[in-house]
Amino acid sequence: MLEKISVGILPVMILVILAAGVIKKVPVYEEFVEGARDGFKVSISIIPYLVALIVAVSMFRASGAMDWIASVFSFVLDKFSVSADIVPIMFTRSLSGSATLGLFSELAAKHGADSFVTLMAAIMVGSSETTFYVLSVYFGSVGIKKFRYALLTGVIADIIGIVLAIWVARAFFLASTGL
Amino acid sequence: MNYVFFILIAISIIFGFMFGKIDAVVNSMFQSCELAVKIALSLIGIMAFWLGIMRIAEKSGLIQFVSKLIYPLLKPLFKDIKKDSPALGDITMSLSANALGLTNAATPIGLKVMKELQEDNTDKDKATDSMCMFLGMNTAGFQIIPATVIAILAGLGAKNPTIIVLPTLIVTTLAFISAIIVTLILRKLWRDKC
Repeated sequence: MLEKISVGILPVMILVILAAGVIKKVPVYEEFVEGARDGFKVSISIIPYLVALIVAVSMFRASGAMDWIASVFSFVLDKFSVSADIVPIMFTRSLSGSATLGLFSELAAKHGADSFVTLMAAIMVGSSETTFYVLSVYFGSVGIKKFRYALLTGVIADIIGIVLAIWVARAFFLASTGL
Repeated sequence: MNYVFFILIAISIIFGFMFGKIDAVVNSMFQSCELAVKIALSLIGIMAFWLGIMRIAEKSGLIQFVSKLIYPLLKPLFKDIKKDSPALGDITMSLSANALGLTNAATPIGLKVMKELQEDNTDKDKATDSMCMFLGMNTAGFQIIPATVIAILAGLGAKNPTIIVLPTLIVTTLAFISAIIVTLILRKLWRDKC
């Protein structure tokens, strides 16, 4: 039901905007083209920022540093019924959306789609946004180079999100699924 | 960001040598350059489409209408936005698109918000408080239905993939609120040294 609504909302939104334009006698075609021109400029202007971020993140992933950090952390997290397999997802979810979904699919396939580990990871992935990507693209598009406290906010919020996900997953699913 | 960039790359290269994975590191360096450009190119179409639509919405007064409705609610959080700026309406649209999982619409509208905030910025290199608040809300990634995750679970034969909807909603809501609180706290504490 809810998923049907979220599919339908997009075309309805476009219809409302166009209708409002026509009623207000806006030359919709000409204004559309004018706005679309900006879209081209913005996409091109974010390339340098995207290259910087994506290169740094994928080098980091390829070097095995992520796995090493994960193994250090998994020692502590074991006490909170957090499987070591979830740890890479915790780090990747702030860095890269496609990599996170890849890791999540792997984990779900390995542990089974109904297991506690998978459900906890699902909550973590479902409530996340790729902080570093958002920051570099959004700031990049207007040429902001000093992020001030935005990066720190993003990282702190991500950590809070991970802790909450572990806590809520335990509250909802630990009893019903076991480990 | 300068430190983050340096540390990520420095660690990659050092670990690459330590673990004998330096060739993989170098390969991924070149591949990801290409990937970055591909992502940007694939954005062009969708960006053009949404910014076209949003321009109509702005010219017809729709955005300003939403702005006025939401103004009292968002004003305390975005105190350096002027009342007649279309930014508040666009912020609302962008956050709603995000909440509904319409990433394709959320990014173009979000970038439009940044452009509007930048127009009122006195130091073009430096983020304003409103930008930090907007991005704080954005990076918390509030989403009502985690559609992609449900799809993956369903694809792998989960008995009832939608059981994650409520717990995810709780986490994402609390994380969103914490992001706002963290932003408000850091706004007070932050001193621009560098």
